[in-house]
Amino acid sequence: MIQTFFNPEIIAASWPIVMSGLLNTVLLSLIVVPLGLFGGLLLALGASIRHPLVRWTLMGWVDFFRAFPPLVLLILLFAGLPFAGLELGGFACVAIAFFLNTGAYYGEIFRAGIDSVPAGQVEAGRSTGLSRLQAMTHIVLPQAVRNVLPDLLSNTLEVVKLTSLGSVVAVPELLYQARQAQSLTYNPTPIVVAAVIYFLMLWPLVRLLSRLENRALAGRR
Amino acid sequence: MSNFERFLDTFFNGKVMLKYLPDILSGMVVTIELAVLIVISGLAAGLSLALIRSLAIRPLNWLIIFIVDLFRSLPPLVIIVLMYFGLPYGGISPSGFVSTWLSLALVLMAFSEEIFWAGITSVHKGQWEASRSTGLSFGQTLMNVVLPQALRLTIPPLTNRTIAITKGTALGTVVAVTEILGEASSAVSNSYNPSPLMMGAAAYLVLFLPVVVLARRLETKFAWKK
Repeated sequence: MIQTFFNPEIIAASWPIVMSGLLNTVLLSLIVVPLGLFGGLLLALGASIRHPLVRWTLMGWVDFFRAFPPLVLLILLFAGLPFAGLELGGFACVAIAFFLNTGAYYGEIFRAGIDSVPAGQVEAGRSTGLSRLQAMTHIVLPQAVRNVLPDLLSNTLEVVKLTSLGSVVAVPELLYQARQAQSLTYNPTPIVVAAVIYFLMLWPLVRLLSRLENRALAGRR
Repeated sequence: MSNFERFLDTFFNGKVMLKYLPDILSGMVVTIELAVLIVISGLAAGLSLALIRSLAIRPLNWLIIFIVDLFRSLPPLVIIVLMYFGLPYGGISPSGFVSTWLSLALVLMAFSEEIFWAGITSVHKGQWEASRSTGLSFGQTLMNVVLPQALRLTIPPLTNRTIAITKGTALGTVVAVTEILGEASSAVSNSYNPSPLMMGAAAYLVLFLPVVVLARRLETKFAWKK
């Protein structure tokens, strides 16, 4: 059993390739998380323009990406766009897909956060002479972010996990490298090692989240 | 041919679409089968774990918490790959369908246990004590007093999670499940035309958009009152 799934020799042999995958997963996360946050912020700021047409359009946009599996979006970009003469690499496709998909999720969270700040605060800020943008960045957003921090963290956890989709379009992240090592060694140990790495990397975040969520849900009553 | 016509001919080619429509439809059936299996087994397992956890047996609770944490921190695709490509080395070879089903059901189990449990703990302790003192048993209190309130509270976060995880059926394509994306991808390579992919994308929207809109309504209906 240990020889098959946790073979020390295979771990040693595949260590460099698995580690390079881990490095790429971290780098990829460091790129796609800010990208998604940025997209989400744009959406939420757009939705704060209280025009029904704008709101409905953005809500439709968010619902569209909530209904659309991220892998389908990724494949659509990776396998579909070349037919239009646009050959983007796997990495660029991942970046665009994440910007669209996770941007929609972050947008929904930011929107809830902005809605949670009473309108009176904006009015007060505006009446002291702040511009609309200043009121948003100095008064509303700081409180909004604090109010939805657990949701933001939880979505970030999902985004980091989602980077494993990169393996489908040959981005050499952790899962992809582990699969490579597995097919080179004819042994599943590298995949088990990758799973352990994911778990150790994300467990602290999961623990923190489960505390925050329990507190939030219990506090709502 | 104008640019627009060329675009239509490439991405929405009528002939190709008609030819591969049956494939996409059969893919939709597989996706629905998978989704229904995942939702039922995942939520049932999640609720069962939450109920077991409410019995407050220490070692058992630690085990439940560990399992929940494990499946919350592993990416679903990693679990699927581990089952499909890893388990055969141990002598068990689940099919792609079974690997995808079990993996996503386990993930949904973990997330829903957490949500159900938060719902159960949110019911005030005094209600437990009050019901027990009127002569209701532990089980009766749970079923008639606590769960009705707890479940109501869990609906908004639960619908969100369930949709997000059910969409993961598309991951099955990595382990050769012939669901929508799998059918669409193989149709693209057979026809050398991306139209089936557009059909596949439309199929996902047809399946999931109504669910998302319905969920939004449920969320507003059961929204936590401030």
